[in-house]
Amino acid sequence: MGKARVRAYQLALLVLIVLGWEFSVRLGWVDAFFFSKPSDIAVRIYAWFASGEVYRHLWITLAETVLAFLSGTLAGVAFGLWLALSPTASAVLDPFLKALNSVPRVILAPIFTLWFGLGMASKVALGFTLVFFIAFFNTYQGIREVSPVVLANARMLGANRGQLLRHVYLPSAASWILSSLRTSVGFAVIGAVVGEYLGASAGLGYVISQAEGVFDTTSVFAGIVVLAVFVVLLDVGVSLVERKLLVWRPEPGQEGGTV
Amino acid sequence: MHAHENPAAIELRGVAQRFGGYTAVEGVELRVAPGEFVAVVGPTGCGKSTLLNMIAGLRPPSTGEVHVFGERLEGLNRRAGYLFQTDALLPWKTALHNAALGLGFAGVEAAEAERRARAWLAKVGLAGFEDRYPHQLSGGMRKRVALAQVLVMDPKILLMDEPFSALDVQTRQLMENELLRLWEEDHKSVLFVTHDLEEAIALADRVVVMSAGPASRVIGDFPIGLARPRDVTEIRLTEAFLEVHREIWGLLRKEVMRAHGQG
Repeated sequence: MGKARVRAYQLALLVLIVLGWEFSVRLGWVDAFFFSKPSDIAVRIYAWFASGEVYRHLWITLAETVLAFLSGTLAGVAFGLWLALSPTASAVLDPFLKALNSVPRVILAPIFTLWFGLGMASKVALGFTLVFFIAFFNTYQGIREVSPVVLANARMLGANRGQLLRHVYLPSAASWILSSLRTSVGFAVIGAVVGEYLGASAGLGYVISQAEGVFDTTSVFAGIVVLAVFVVLLDVGVSLVERKLLVWRPEPGQEGGTV
Repeated sequence: MHAHENPAAIELRGVAQRFGGYTAVEGVELRVAPGEFVAVVGPTGCGKSTLLNMIAGLRPPSTGEVHVFGERLEGLNRRAGYLFQTDALLPWKTALHNAALGLGFAGVEAAEAERRARAWLAKVGLAGFEDRYPHQLSGGMRKRVALAQVLVMDPKILLMDEPFSALDVQTRQLMENELLRLWEEDHKSVLFVTHDLEEAIALADRVVVMSAGPASRVIGDFPIGLARPRDVTEIRLTEAFLEVHREIWGLLRKEVMRAHGQG
């Protein structure tokens, strides 16, 4: 199926959902108090951006997301490298990591608020605990999957430990790490928004939580839409970086011939 | 004994390699003189690659000694270049950067390393393909890059593990002729492992036959008196070639049958 055709179907589906929603409310089939309606939501989003009040919240959420994403990824990659290259450390720490990773992060949010206050730090900490493990596990796996032949070849060509790390281990793990970044961004946003939702004075999560407090469903849905667009834009950004860094990787079906 | 005056490029003395309870090779004695091209043939699973890995220093022998130019080998063999059976290029580096890799490791300045790598890529017929990544090259071209990658380091010893076995017949003979042409330039000591007897005879000065595994060892050693320079395609049709082939095959055949009987 052509790309244009897929796009057309997608657009049609979107229009169908939005119109269905709008008219279900207008015709009184569902209650606007519980479901709001698309036109009201659009007007509310427009008002937010027109008055500029939403920018402060967007900025806070973005800052928390980026900080959690960067710190979690860096720490996770560093830790993953260390454990993958040191079998002893890996064997010793394995049960601790599994235990830590099995803790549902939402439980930690109140503790982080207690430790780091109501500001950005507690949200970044929450996002960090999510992103760290994704980066860690992917780096670890990526290093473990290095082709033994490629490794032997680099060693025969005279690579020392540092050169192996730079030219073999890291590039090999890079495809794993980079493909995990998109998941990580999503989790960084979750950390930020859930943190804000549970206790904050700014951010998209706070906006949604406040609106829910007064049964303002229009603002709740408006917040959700803004959040969704926000995540999609971040995802596009990360994909662009990924594509740029992985030019060496074959596209499916692009392998060289046999001669 | 002339060992000190004229040491062999490679000498294996009573070498064995065990993997857990499995003995891959045992009691292997082998000498490769400086400038000699030796091919090792044997049925599949006879431990030919194990032999190369021990000489490369990638895995020290369980018992016995490996000597390189008269010195006992400890750690990696710094005088050997290794051409692997499977793709060993770094997929995230272009042909040029793959070829320049060893020089970079040795601390050669980047511009100089690239100049020499470029020259070697041209020498193996890959001028114009410098900026391609391995996946954008054909199997034969990847082997050429691998050859440049190893030869740019100018190793005194060349270890080759069925390097052309994955190529189709035409590409393979092309690469064999290429290899002989490059070898004629400076006569490195070559240990070429293959399961293809015709390839072994066409290329080598000497063909060493190994028995079927486990615990395989050297059971035959045949000098190949065919004139050089050779063309691997033509030489296969000569009477002298067929005669040597018949002689070695008589020995190898039993081992191949034995390997299959067990398999």
